[in-house]
Amino acid sequence: MRSILPVLTVLAIIVAIWQLAVAPMNIRTALDMAERGGAVVEPEGGRARLEVSSWRLMIDNPEHVAAGYSLDRPRLPTPAQVGEELWKGTGKMIERGRAWSKRSLIYHGWITLQSTLWGFALGTTLGLLGAVAIVYSRVVDMSLMPWAIISQTIPIVALAPMIIVLSGQLGIEDRIVPKAIISAYLCYFPVLVGMVKGLRSPGAHQLDLLHTYSATGLQGFLKLRVPASLPYLFTSLKIGIAAALVGTIVGELPTGAISGLGARILIGDQFGTPLAIWAALFAAAILAGVLVTLIDITQRIVLRSMGMQT
Amino acid sequence: MIWFIAALVFWLGAWALNAALARSAYADSRAVKIAVPVLFGLTLLVLWEGVVRGFGISPVILPAPSAVAGTFMASTDMLWEDFQQTVLKGALSGFAIGALAAFSVAIAIDRSRFLTRGLLPIGNFVAALPIVGIAPILVSWFGFDWHSKAAVVVVMVFFPILVNTVQGLRETDQMQRDLMHTYAAGYGAALVKLRLPAAMPFIFNGLKVATTLALIGAIVAEYFGSPTRGMGFRISTGVGSLSIDLVWAEIAVAAMAGTALYGVMAWIEKRVTFWHPSQRGSGRA
Repeated sequence: MRSILPVLTVLAIIVAIWQLAVAPMNIRTALDMAERGGAVVEPEGGRARLEVSSWRLMIDNPEHVAAGYSLDRPRLPTPAQVGEELWKGTGKMIERGRAWSKRSLIYHGWITLQSTLWGFALGTTLGLLGAVAIVYSRVVDMSLMPWAIISQTIPIVALAPMIIVLSGQLGIEDRIVPKAIISAYLCYFPVLVGMVKGLRSPGAHQLDLLHTYSATGLQGFLKLRVPASLPYLFTSLKIGIAAALVGTIVGELPTGAISGLGARILIGDQFGTPLAIWAALFAAAILAGVLVTLIDITQRIVLRSMGMQT
Repeated sequence: MIWFIAALVFWLGAWALNAALARSAYADSRAVKIAVPVLFGLTLLVLWEGVVRGFGISPVILPAPSAVAGTFMASTDMLWEDFQQTVLKGALSGFAIGALAAFSVAIAIDRSRFLTRGLLPIGNFVAALPIVGIAPILVSWFGFDWHSKAAVVVVMVFFPILVNTVQGLRETDQMQRDLMHTYAAGYGAALVKLRLPAAMPFIFNGLKVATTLALIGAIVAEYFGSPTRGMGFRISTGVGSLSIDLVWAEIAVAAMAGTALYGVMAWIEKRVTFWHPSQRGSGRA
């Protein structure tokens, strides 16, 4: 809680830099608009202005700088514009009772959330099974672990279009399947690594103690290894859910998807509406924040009820 | 069908061999440690080949590894051109700029405890966000050529490296700093001789994560517009024109580039942080 003030300060600095950057980023567009509207601009003509730096343009045309803060299609929107666009896509849609219309970010966020959760479930399951196999089998450890690491150095985006083509050819029409596979691919690794560490975290003396109780392998697993691994599990789950969201958005980006936050970014790019891109980006950020916070709360509750430090 | 059965037999045999190797007295030797995963990777390829041939899967859906290797060999010129455009120009230059920027910001902000405390949670949060989404914006800002790809990479690698460096710079304990103080070391000397070396394991963690992100950023940015070369461009057009074997060849290049970048980083890390417990001995993690 002590960090609230510093965090707010850093946030304020970031927003201030952003706000200041809007002027030089948008001055050209603002001057083009003003010239089209009949105003006299120095120097004249968009082509001549390309030769001049943004700073020079701002000094020569101080009266048009403010216009850069209220453009319809800005190169860099102001924080306020992005906030307004976000509100238009969420709060206002709810007020009008159209939360599930295709223009609402809630609808697109829900599409993205669905495949994120499927990918997360799939990836977590794979990661858990892999971790158990690695901890209990020397062969699996030796043959699988290096490939798990290599799999993460392969840029999944290169594979993403292939996964979508493959699932399409196999007759899977539902877009959610390829997206979930991509998020599972990004999500399983942190879970696998975290759980291998967690399941191995009990020391030899703890394992020996269970041995003296003549505990079976399964009992040792359930009563010692699993509880000991829970703090690791939750830490990996937090990384995993964020990675799953990244995977879903990556899966939506290059593939001509029509719904989902990634698709909003794609469509915003194709129709030249930067505000839509920014709003979708921030919606994705908020979604990530909510998901990570939910897991964090679960972690606190579970660990506290088990008597561990949180 | 015979192909598939043969592949299955090969898989079982290789698995038995791996199991025997892992249980043998040589299990901790270097050769076995490399042989086992290589054999495992080989089985996957053989299974893939066997499935494609055994079930007669059309090359438009999934080409066999041998076909991909053939295409790879036949089009090395084009693959090399794409590699230069995407990896050398886009990813590596962006990676260098992003790493330097993150490094400088981390050292600048490190002098203020207040800002560090504020930056860490924000940086951690931003590092987890789907920043790739910023690609279309940056492509429209910086044009279609590799500059926009480098810009996407800069943004993507900045936060993981920043967060790790800031965290690493806080790693020294009071005793060590007091020691530097008794040596009358100033801020600069303490930074160079104590705190930066202590931060290196963290910095390399960030750099290793960033190598993969750099490739992802450079490839995704090409989906949003690029000159008529580059790995992302070739993949998206290859999918459209059903030359799937070429796409797989590009994926192979991407995989090798990613693994090589990561490997180089890990190798440098080993040289730089030879003193760190994680680099000493061969204990299993």
